[in-house]
Amino acid sequence: MGKPTIPETEFTFPGSTGCPGCGANLVMRYLLKGLGERTILSIPACCWAVMPGYWPSTCLKVPLLYTAFEATGAAMSGLRAALDVKGIKDVTVVGFAGDGGTVDIGLQAMSGAAERRTDGIYVMYDNEAYMNTGIQRSGSTPWGAWTTTTPVGSTHGFKHEAKKDIMAIMQAHRIPYAATVSVAHPEDFIKKVAKAKEVKGFRFIHAMSPCPPGWRMNPMHVVEVARLAVDTHAFPLYEIESGKVRITRKGKGAPVSEYLRFQGRFSHLTDVEIAAIQKAIDENWQMLLAKEASGT
Amino acid sequence: MREVMTGNYASAYGAKLARAEVIAAYPITPQTSIVEKLADFVATGELKAQFIPVESEHSAMAACIAAQTAGARTYTATSSHGLALMHEVLTWASGARLPIVMTNVSRAMAPPWSVWVDHMDSIAQRDTGWLQFYCQSNQEVLDTIIMAYKVCESSGVMLPAMVVMDAFILSHTSEPVDIPDQALVDSFLPPYSPDLKIEVGKPMGFGSLVKPDQYMEFRYKAMLGMKASRDRFLRVEQEFKNIFGREHGGLLERYQCDDADVVLVAAGSVAATAKDVVDSMRAKGHRVGLARIRSFRPFPHDEVRALAGKVEGIAVLDRSYTFGAAGAMFTETKASAYSVQKRPVMKNYIAGLGGRDITPRILEKIFEDIQVVSKRGAEDEVEWVDVAGLPRRWR
Ligand SMILES: Cc1ncc(C[n+]2csc(CCOP(=O)(O)OP(=O)(O)O)c2C)c(N)n1
Ligand code: SF4
Ligand SMILES: [Mg+2]
Repeated sequence: MGKPTIPETEFTFPGSTGCPGCGANLVMRYLLKGLGERTILSIPACCWAVMPGYWPSTCLKVPLLYTAFEATGAAMSGLRAALDVKGIKDVTVVGFAGDGGTVDIGLQAMSGAAERRTDGIYVMYDNEAYMNTGIQRSGSTPWGAWTTTTPVGSTHGFKHEAKKDIMAIMQAHRIPYAATVSVAHPEDFIKKVAKAKEVKGFRFIHAMSPCPPGWRMNPMHVVEVARLAVDTHAFPLYEIESGKVRITRKGKGAPVSEYLRFQGRFSHLTDVEIAAIQKAIDENWQMLLAKEASGT
Repeated sequence: MREVMTGNYASAYGAKLARAEVIAAYPITPQTSIVEKLADFVATGELKAQFIPVESEHSAMAACIAAQTAGARTYTATSSHGLALMHEVLTWASGARLPIVMTNVSRAMAPPWSVWVDHMDSIAQRDTGWLQFYCQSNQEVLDTIIMAYKVCESSGVMLPAMVVMDAFILSHTSEPVDIPDQALVDSFLPPYSPDLKIEVGKPMGFGSLVKPDQYMEFRYKAMLGMKASRDRFLRVEQEFKNIFGREHGGLLERYQCDDADVVLVAAGSVAATAKDVVDSMRAKGHRVGLARIRSFRPFPHDEVRALAGKVEGIAVLDRSYTFGAAGAMFTETKASAYSVQKRPVMKNYIAGLGGRDITPRILEKIFEDIQVVSKRGAEDEVEWVDVAGLPRRWR
């Protein structure tokens, strides 16, 4: 057996109030392992605004500024400006938000912070819905998924709109570094975070974050589902460094049905609908390969 | 040093003299020249600060909140729609007990669009836990900003403050303004050093979730802070006067009120016109006075009560209207006056919305009306002044 490459130091205490098997717990854990102690977090409304626990406790070993739902990007800019004016160096400013707080209500503030080249890392943990408020659709919910606001009914079942491509949106901001990470690949996860840490400017991490209650699945399948998301190309692992795409795990290209079958939120889908999802995934994958090949 | 400048420049100089360290702001008419001037100060190095050109007012306040939490003195400025957009984070700033100071150039809310003076924007933020100071002159704007930092940053207060000035009437009108010596300001206002700030090595949550058995205590303490701000403000103004040789009248400025039969209560630039009207009416033998609400939050409850016990009639002029009730200055003045033994007759005049001119003649008519009403009672407690189609002629 080789030497373990995942740092042993933990920056989270036990006692997070997340659900059993919560993928977002792992996202935070690996993120902080990659960043270390000289980190200041800002978290908007989302599951992770509740998970540190009730005042005056916290399960995090780094300081945390809670902020309004849509304000993560602005909070990052404010923190960085204060550190700069005080001459405090070597601190990583991190915005840590859910998908709803990023691709929907917080998109403006994040875009502003990216355009201003705020020196910090924005991490979006993507559980593909508004989970904190009880599983409502977000702009990051994939086509075909059930949520409480995309109920499976006789006339208009499930979500009929595609997931927003937040990585492309961030690439269009010409930021120096963006990467997707998965809790099924902690080494790759931590490596990318460590890399992001060394870059100056606005950096973006998109972390797939399975959610047992929201995805209607057994908590014991969280890591397996995260792995299948990568293997089926439903959630490819790649990074964009100075505009150049590099796929960091090519995967087997397993049929997407493997990934979907663990999750109750997709259980209503017919074979025809699953085939449509497969087609969209294949097209996205081809596009990503083409981007990589063309150096964009 | 005396210079002729607009209220907006006076505001920018106030923030500069207070040595704001982080400024995050978004442009809106008629506030823009404040932000532009501060951007200049930072660009030329005259002010050692970080200027964050945010993409919205919501982000402006959110960035100030974050920076202030990290121990920096922050400043922003806005107006009307910008202030309304900030609403959510205004409550955040006060709940987090952050002594942010902001200028609001009071302007009407749309629709219909209007860029002119009206107090609805700031009045609508009355309950957000901010101190609110309404200014009458450009000098007062500059001085109040410096005083506000000192009031708000004292450990017994730790709440944010809004310095309000009227759109165009102050913001874009030039007046002579004394720019105090930086060294004197520094001796008056020491650097911001909060007991607690967010920093590495101290893993704490700022703004964590609390249970119902904890929340009220946070609110109670904020209430105590607001309460303490009254005395604190008076002491700070006294200290300011000792150093700079001027003052602006405490929480409720009283002009010719001592022997007055009736008084007008008003806030903002209209008070300057009203003082002239008081002078000319007094020359004709009318015992009238003016009480200017300088601090709307904290509300000058004791001062209003003392005044109400001495006069027969109080006219309250509101430059905004709270739909379904009356003007907010009126309802609050009335509430404070309620507990005096012999209550004066009180009447509310809604005037000057959306920048409509409040002329000396209109103010004179308000005084005449309250003189009559104070003898026989008011038929309508609230009257809209100078509105087309209404029977009474005001001009
Ligand atoms: C302005 C505002 N609107 C709505 C809410 C309610 N709210 C809190 S968390 C949340 C959903 C968060 O979704 P996401 O960002 O995906 O994070 P998750 O809860 O899924 O982890 C919503 C709608 C709020 N706090 N603030
Ligand atoms: S709802 Fe989902 S994301 Fe939220 S704590 Fe539970 S498992 Fe985690
Ligand atoms: Mg979510």
